[in-house]
Amino acid sequence: MHASVDRIGQPWGGRTPYDRHEPWPVRVDSFLAEGVDPRTVQRWVQATSLLHSDGDAMDIAVVDGRMVGVRGRAQERVNHGRLGPKDLYGWQANASPDRLTSPLVRRNGRLVECDWATAMERIVSRSRGLLEERGPGSIGFYTTGQLFLEEYYTLAVLARAGIGTNHLDGNTRLCTSTAAEALKESFGCDGQPGSYDDIDHADVIALFGHNIAETQPVQWMRVLDRLDGGDPPRLVCVDPRLTQVARRSAVHLAPRGGTNVALLNALLHEIIRTERVDHDYIAAHTVGFEELASHVRHCTPRWAADICDVPAARIGEAAELLGTADRLLSTVLQGVYQSHQATAAAVQINNLHLIRGMLGRPGAGVLQMNGQPTAQNTRECGANGDLPGFRNWQNDSHVADLARVWNVEPKTIPHYAPPTHAMQMFRYAEQGSIRMLWISGTNPAVSLPELSRIRSVLSQERLFVVVQDLFLTETAQLADVVLPAATWGEKTGTCTNADRTVHLCNKAVDPPAGARPDLDIFLDYAARMDFRDKDGGPLITWHDPESAFEAWKRCSAGRPCDYTGLTYDKLRTNGGIQWPCHEQAPDGTERLYTDGIAWAHPDVCESYGKDLETGASNDVVEYRSLNPDGKGVIKAAAYLPPHEAPDDDHPFQLTTGRTLYHFHTRTKTARAPQLNAAAPDVWVEASVSDASALGLEEGDLVEVSTPRGAVQGRLRITGIRPGLLFVPFHYGYWDTKSGHAPDGDTPARAANETTVTDWDPASKQPLFKTAAAALRRVEHADGHTSPAPTTTASAPARTDAIPATTGGPPAHASERADASRDRDEQDIG
Amino acid sequence: MTGIDLTLRALHHGEQHLAEELTAVAERHRTEHEIHHIATDLARWSTEHAQRLADTLRDHDVDDPPQDSSSGLLSTLREKAAEALGRRPEPGLLLLRDLRGLHLDATRNSLHWEMLAQAAQATKDDELLALASACHPQTLRQMRWTNTMIKQLSPQILSSL
Repeated sequence: MHASVDRIGQPWGGRTPYDRHEPWPVRVDSFLAEGVDPRTVQRWVQATSLLHSDGDAMDIAVVDGRMVGVRGRAQERVNHGRLGPKDLYGWQANASPDRLTSPLVRRNGRLVECDWATAMERIVSRSRGLLEERGPGSIGFYTTGQLFLEEYYTLAVLARAGIGTNHLDGNTRLCTSTAAEALKESFGCDGQPGSYDDIDHADVIALFGHNIAETQPVQWMRVLDRLDGGDPPRLVCVDPRLTQVARRSAVHLAPRGGTNVALLNALLHEIIRTERVDHDYIAAHTVGFEELASHVRHCTPRWAADICDVPAARIGEAAELLGTADRLLSTVLQGVYQSHQATAAAVQINNLHLIRGMLGRPGAGVLQMNGQPTAQNTRECGANGDLPGFRNWQNDSHVADLARVWNVEPKTIPHYAPPTHAMQMFRYAEQGSIRMLWISGTNPAVSLPELSRIRSVLSQERLFVVVQDLFLTETAQLADVVLPAATWGEKTGTCTNADRTVHLCNKAVDPPAGARPDLDIFLDYAARMDFRDKDGGPLITWHDPESAFEAWKRCSAGRPCDYTGLTYDKLRTNGGIQWPCHEQAPDGTERLYTDGIAWAHPDVCESYGKDLETGASNDVVEYRSLNPDGKGVIKAAAYLPPHEAPDDDHPFQLTTGRTLYHFHTRTKTARAPQLNAAAPDVWVEASVSDASALGLEEGDLVEVSTPRGAVQGRLRITGIRPGLLFVPFHYGYWDTKSGHAPDGDTPARAANETTVTDWDPASKQPLFKTAAAALRRVEHADGHTSPAPTTTASAPARTDAIPATTGGPPAHASERADASRDRDEQDIG
Repeated sequence: MTGIDLTLRALHHGEQHLAEELTAVAERHRTEHEIHHIATDLARWSTEHAQRLADTLRDHDVDDPPQDSSSGLLSTLREKAAEALGRRPEPGLLLLRDLRGLHLDATRNSLHWEMLAQAAQATKDDELLALASACHPQTLRQMRWTNTMIKQLSPQILSSL
């Protein structure tokens, strides 16, 4: 089968149905620039996707030193040849004419071009000055989930042992810190228990706040193929929007925002009440079951029905499916992680699996997902508010071990308190105790909550801001120094996806003249700062991606994320491999916890846990008495009402979120014409009943306001739950007249103008799902329709009179469902 | 009035006081977002404790003179002051002082809960024991929270002034 498919209009492409326990058939997707004949491609360069966390393996097509397209890799475990829309079209952004090609420094209030030496010396002299005058606590680093492992590791060493600051975190704080925290709470240590292959084997798949159709479209293709095959799984979907997942679910629950813990406690109540628990598993592998059972005893479906505004009978039906599943796979994402009581809720999903013994077997697993492509690397390298290698900052022997790896004194590495989380770093900058903030590969002036506050923090005269990025983002426009970076396809490094699959992502073409790989920038800084180890040798001993990877392997040795069995050559030959990969597991490890909970012992665990409601840290004595043998920890949590509730002035709940066609703040996806055209501008979603009560119609220009600010967009009336509004968070100002903020000519379009500064006490992940808001019409539609896509969760409730989202001929991509390839498409390079 | 009644009364005042202090600290540190939100949540626990203690005192026929509570005007003032000072480092010291105060208040309450639980066992007062068993763990969690925040914030605040 060979088809040409508009993958904007049909984002998930054609079906290749398969039966339960069978391997997922191969389908190779490819897209080449118009006019490029596959036979003229000179090199296919092995890479992996960058615009989501799925880790889709692909080859980049190169002609005369230019990228001309991409093709999925057929033999890879993650995607079996498939690519999502962002994979197919996103690469075009690399060649945008507005890439940064020269460093910029601020002179007399304006950013002006300069050479690299000038820019780096300005950073170095500010660093040295601050270290001398104010100490290491005056310098902070805010990185991303979009660089490579080698870059995060280098940054972690230079920040924690070179500068000696506790202030290093990633924007992964916004996407994945609750996943990490929930895993630490339940299993003592970070590390994804499940595997994507569990989709092949599960009979029930439960998706909690996880719109997988849009965030990991390739795994949704796998689910769709199973739904069309023999013995299909039944889906349970918890999502307040009528997503594509909800449309295909056996049970769809659309709870009121901020009530996940109440809903989950009721589900656990039903499962325990109906005795659908695995007592042998509980006895062998867990502690805390009795406390959970007593805690949820009063949490009946009827009790939760009032809180969540979901019929008790629906909760019962969901519990029936979860309780009777023979192999249960649960997946979790932002609907849980960015909502009120984030960690407490995510932990209840782990509890569901611990009490049902649904771990470590094909089809029985948990996927606490990530949003970004290399968020897992940010976490394991210690650039996400953790110590490298999932070491425990409260355990002196872990710190001593890290000091040994780095050849520094243990006291060089700050470990008197947990590494500072991003929201606290911005607070320290606001307060004036952080005086230099180095932001790499992220755009907080669009992505953080309460943007007027963030802009005012970043604009302070006393704060020296360095921004390292591809484009002059909203954040870069507020910087004192801007460093032009190379990106995916222009540099080499490894990426680890949400199911622990490590891929090598190779350089295919040169970066634009003037731009440098992030690794080279960090190494240059470290060399200029002349960071030394305790014997006076250089602290950082590596000089390129492969030597950085070898250094990281030594740091990972013996920890759960053990990379010692991997090499660049092995990744080139084998494709993706799941960590841990070492001498005893040379082919990697498909599932964690196949034989009990391996990393929860007090001596090895990454964390002694926290109070889920207050965030207070437990100490080793408490943890040892609770969990002396290192079992899975079943941790109960009480439902607390959200901090901001609707009232007369702000009668709606507001949630922000994503769309299939964009990633993060659109720095790349808006520069890929097919993706940009599919969702060209911000919109607002409201339910049929709310729109009709307010007399609003599709395409009306509306304003959503909260006590922090307001945003305008055209209305799309959808199947979202009544009382809830949705605004996508991707849109900022770089492509508007004003450039970085709303002004007289540019109405507010960034959803985060409205969001509240509040975060989960345990994971410190900011909350984007529970603001109270008002809605009003600014002007009538007058022939306009909403720019929202019709193919996704933003599909209109009434399909007539709204043109369907299509990509037309420019979006035609190839799908080849047999494994064989044309001879002229064979690998060359 | 028995020793138990005296302790109940002291603890009732202590929980009322802690609820007020947590609320005041939440308002005074409006720009320290985590402090603001969690202190507000934790005030709810102390309010509930105080309510349950008031019920118990009524059952014991003990008079309990009401305490002054803070006025709405004062709390608005505190929030506005917090916003005006949000860019300055000095309120960091005030925050540490406030957290220390909360911790000591919670510790005093914790010791009273300990005394009541012991006395309840000695006098076989199951109701009182149930009350102490239900509330005391939350008091300990209030202490752990203030201790954690002090541990996390003091390095930056004390070394940057």
